[in-house]
Amino acid sequence: MPVIVKIPAPLRPLTQGQSEVSVENAATVQAAVEDLSRRYPGLRERLLDEKGALRRYVNIFRNDEDIRHSKSLQTALAEGDKLTIVPAIAGG
Amino acid sequence: MSTAVVLGMGGLGCPAALALAEQVPGVRLLLVDPDRVERSNLSRQILFTEADVGAPKAEVAARRLARLVPGARVEPRVLRFGPASASGLLDGCDVLLDGTDSFETRFAANDAACAGRVPLVHGAVLGWDGQLLTVLPGQGSCLRCLFEEPPPPGALPTCAEAGVASPLCGVVGAAMASEAARILLGERPRSLARLHRWDGLRGTERDVPVPRDPHCPACALAPEADLRHP
Repeated sequence: MPVIVKIPAPLRPLTQGQSEVSVENAATVQAAVEDLSRRYPGLRERLLDEKGALRRYVNIFRNDEDIRHSKSLQTALAEGDKLTIVPAIAGG
Repeated sequence: MSTAVVLGMGGLGCPAALALAEQVPGVRLLLVDPDRVERSNLSRQILFTEADVGAPKAEVAARRLARLVPGARVEPRVLRFGPASASGLLDGCDVLLDGTDSFETRFAANDAACAGRVPLVHGAVLGWDGQLLTVLPGQGSCLRCLFEEPPPPGALPTCAEAGVASPLCGVVGAAMASEAARILLGERPRSLARLHRWDGLRGTERDVPVPRDPHCPACALAPEADLRHP
């Protein structure tokens, strides 16, 4: 079963407008991000900084867990997990 | 007699101020916005009409609210919230509602709320996505526990670039008012230390816990033992 990744509005232009995409065979969040980055150019730069760390204004939740409070990008994934990308937004 | 300060009289601030004035009779509302009404605002900024284009948003909103809600005590502040204006605006403030369109202002509001131990209701919309987080300094987490710093200019689209779904503004603005009313009435806010998220296009909403970051510089200004709000 794939891992489902929910894409927020600011990043949907990079995923051809898709609000959900799936990733197969990703053992960690890092692997899922790398897979998405290959399929959707530009996504990596929005999520990760020059050192490969998660940007400080973007968060990723594995199910209900903020990965920064787990093992960050090395957080393990299991079948059926959902990843939710949550960037800071400022519209009003 | 309680005071609520509303930052940003836009798509969120307009419905939030209206709902809060109706829900908490007698509340004193300070409406803060440096901008003037533009024609493109009218689809979602429900306190303005075509005749208001070019006028200061805070002043128009205060006049309209006073007419819509008899007895409402509304005061406009035509200025931008920031470190220089924060202490004057937050003096005597019982709850701060942030619906601004600037990352810089949002993080400044969070930091000032934590430092002044003022409850903060953070609401934001971009496209069909909405977010709500309530901060009670000294209890749980804050915006900086979730996002360590604002993005640099250009890193993420602004609402001017990505657009804002008008219906979602009403939903999130009303939810902000609901949270503020709970705080003013002494009830526990629903989104305390939880990020509530809307996907307006799919019609779904859910929330996720936002743990306190032990290294958060804003929360360090509001130690857990030092509470202003019960």
